[in-house]
Amino acid sequence: MSQTDIEIVVDDPTAPEDDSPSVVSSGTIEIVVCLLLLALAVTLGYDNWRTGASWDATGPEPGYFPFYLSIILGGGSLYGLVAALVAHRKAAEIFVTRAQGRRVLAVFVPTLLFCLVTQFLGLYVASFLLISGFMRFVGKIALWKSLLTAFVFTAIMFVTFDIAFDVIMPKGPLEAAFGR
Amino acid sequence: MEAFGLLLHGFAVLLTWKTLVLMMVGLMLGIFVGVLPGLGGPNGVAILLPLTFTMDPTSAIVMLSCIYWGALFGGAITSILFNIPGEAWSVATTFDGYPMAQQGRAAEALTAAFTSSFIGSLVAVLLITFLAPMISSFALKFGPPEFFAVYLLTFCSFVGLGREAKHKTVISMSLGLLLAGIGMDTVSGNLRMTFGSAELLRGINFLVAVIGLFGISEILLTMEERLALRGHAASISLRVVLSVWKDLPKYWVTLLRSSFIGCWLGITPGGAIAASFMGYNLAKRFSKDPESFGKGRIEGVFAPETAAHASGTAALLPMLALGIPGSGTAAILLGGLMVWGLNPGPLLFVEHKDFVWGLIASMYLGNVVGLVLVLTTVPVFASILRVPFAAVAPMIVVSCAIGAYAIQNAMFDIWLMLGFGIVGYVFKKIGIPLAPFTLALVLGNRAEDAFRLSMIGSGGNLGVFWSNGLVGSITTLAIVLLFWPVIDGLLARVGWGRRSKGMPPRKVN
Repeated sequence: MSQTDIEIVVDDPTAPEDDSPSVVSSGTIEIVVCLLLLALAVTLGYDNWRTGASWDATGPEPGYFPFYLSIILGGGSLYGLVAALVAHRKAAEIFVTRAQGRRVLAVFVPTLLFCLVTQFLGLYVASFLLISGFMRFVGKIALWKSLLTAFVFTAIMFVTFDIAFDVIMPKGPLEAAFGR
Repeated sequence: MEAFGLLLHGFAVLLTWKTLVLMMVGLMLGIFVGVLPGLGGPNGVAILLPLTFTMDPTSAIVMLSCIYWGALFGGAITSILFNIPGEAWSVATTFDGYPMAQQGRAAEALTAAFTSSFIGSLVAVLLITFLAPMISSFALKFGPPEFFAVYLLTFCSFVGLGREAKHKTVISMSLGLLLAGIGMDTVSGNLRMTFGSAELLRGINFLVAVIGLFGISEILLTMEERLALRGHAASISLRVVLSVWKDLPKYWVTLLRSSFIGCWLGITPGGAIAASFMGYNLAKRFSKDPESFGKGRIEGVFAPETAAHASGTAALLPMLALGIPGSGTAAILLGGLMVWGLNPGPLLFVEHKDFVWGLIASMYLGNVVGLVLVLTTVPVFASILRVPFAAVAPMIVVSCAIGAYAIQNAMFDIWLMLGFGIVGYVFKKIGIPLAPFTLALVLGNRAEDAFRLSMIGSGGNLGVFWSNGLVGSITTLAIVLLFWPVIDGLLARVGWGRRSKGMPPRKVN
């Protein structure tokens, strides 16, 4: 009853190499994250203390609950900081290798640009640029395929949200030129 | 059998063409996100949630829950054919599922996976049908102290029973609770933690955070991996389906055991992942021939799939009955309820009968339709994997942005989503769990309100949490669970025996 003659094979030409050197260890990132969380806990804790974190006649004031949560968060991150510092001396676990980092940035930077473009030119233009650009330059897919896919997807989104469901997205000069 | 009558009513609500079409669309989208690498149940539901904003609540929940069922089904396809678990809870399915595919028994393995998923969900839905109304009518007597005690119990059990490092769970949870508090304080109307920013005035929207945490961060994580894959294509013929079904009664013990484990772990915040491993391990342990597991044994597919689905479904029970989600996805559905203007909690069963019973009926129907759908469309979905990730990734990013923006029509939310994407990526890589964060973010304000209302009621006396037997025992149980690792250790030291047999090791992956 074998029906598994056909195989599906998908290649990943730009896959990160396995032997790529480590950029930063998990321990270091853990220390940085704990420090950031500690700073956040102090900031929020101070703000809540200013708002009022004591107990009045009707029960706790608005800042009471978050104030003590800030203390818990601070305590947790302090513990995490110490734990990470202690563990740091042992063999370092890789947070991200150079090849992986490059790939992650290859998604993150376009996403960041996409958000920026959305702010100024509207979401639909940004969407077209992101999809076509990403497919062409990161995925190394033929230009016409990239442009076509991007156009079709963006058009479907526009029709679904702007026309059919009336969910308004950020729009820019291009949509304005078409009077929408 | 009042439940039975109400259930029939639910089916009546559901059986319209519009709902059935939505159901099919939801299932298809769900299988789609389940199959795609880098997307899964919670991400799929979060990204597709904005599509439902303009629908009425019943249609919306039917579509969303079908996306969830679809994702549960979809995870099995990639595990068996490609040895790539689309979801963490289908890791255990690869142990025997992939060897079966290699032996040319892919169709058999897929049928087994889908059928057992169906059975697992069915058991859990039966449990929901009869237990949820009982629990919710009991919970109607709850006042603020009882509710706060239940919230406390949920949070504490995450810390005490979670598999991650305790301080990381605490960090994740307190951060979630803090972020939930940003903006206007609901009791006094004062502003807090806004630092004079008009954007923060609205507070941090739960769904925006979830789309970033699960959608964007998952794309970043997926890109790190090698995305090449090689696997089997398969189609399922009626003959194979029937032959697998004919053998089903032989495995009733395994199926029942796994369903039970799944229901239990689904209600408590253990989750589908733990359930699937536990189901697999127990099936292996009780087998006459444990050596043959991992070499393509059909029981090795039945056991984890049944447990995972039972658990994924049972996670909706506390959400419906008490307004407390049992899993990350349930938390997102809960966020959806609030967007549609429903107030989650026991009152749901009284005030929105159509909605609740429509949802429960859709669980039955969705699973039946889903089973037929996956059995017939496997080849189509397996070939989705041929679409290069470079085309899928930017589309997901765009969908996330649309989703985040649509919630409050705010550009700020798109930036917030990006920020949460980074947070989610870093947290996942250093092992800070995201589920407690999600849960805290969605329950934070309700927990705080309950606490402060109890305090106003009691004149600021903490004794109110031990004022009667019910609230006292829940609060005490919460504290016991919080310190469970310590208590467990002490018990072991006095020689109370650490569950010498019958329990598999908790930490598997």
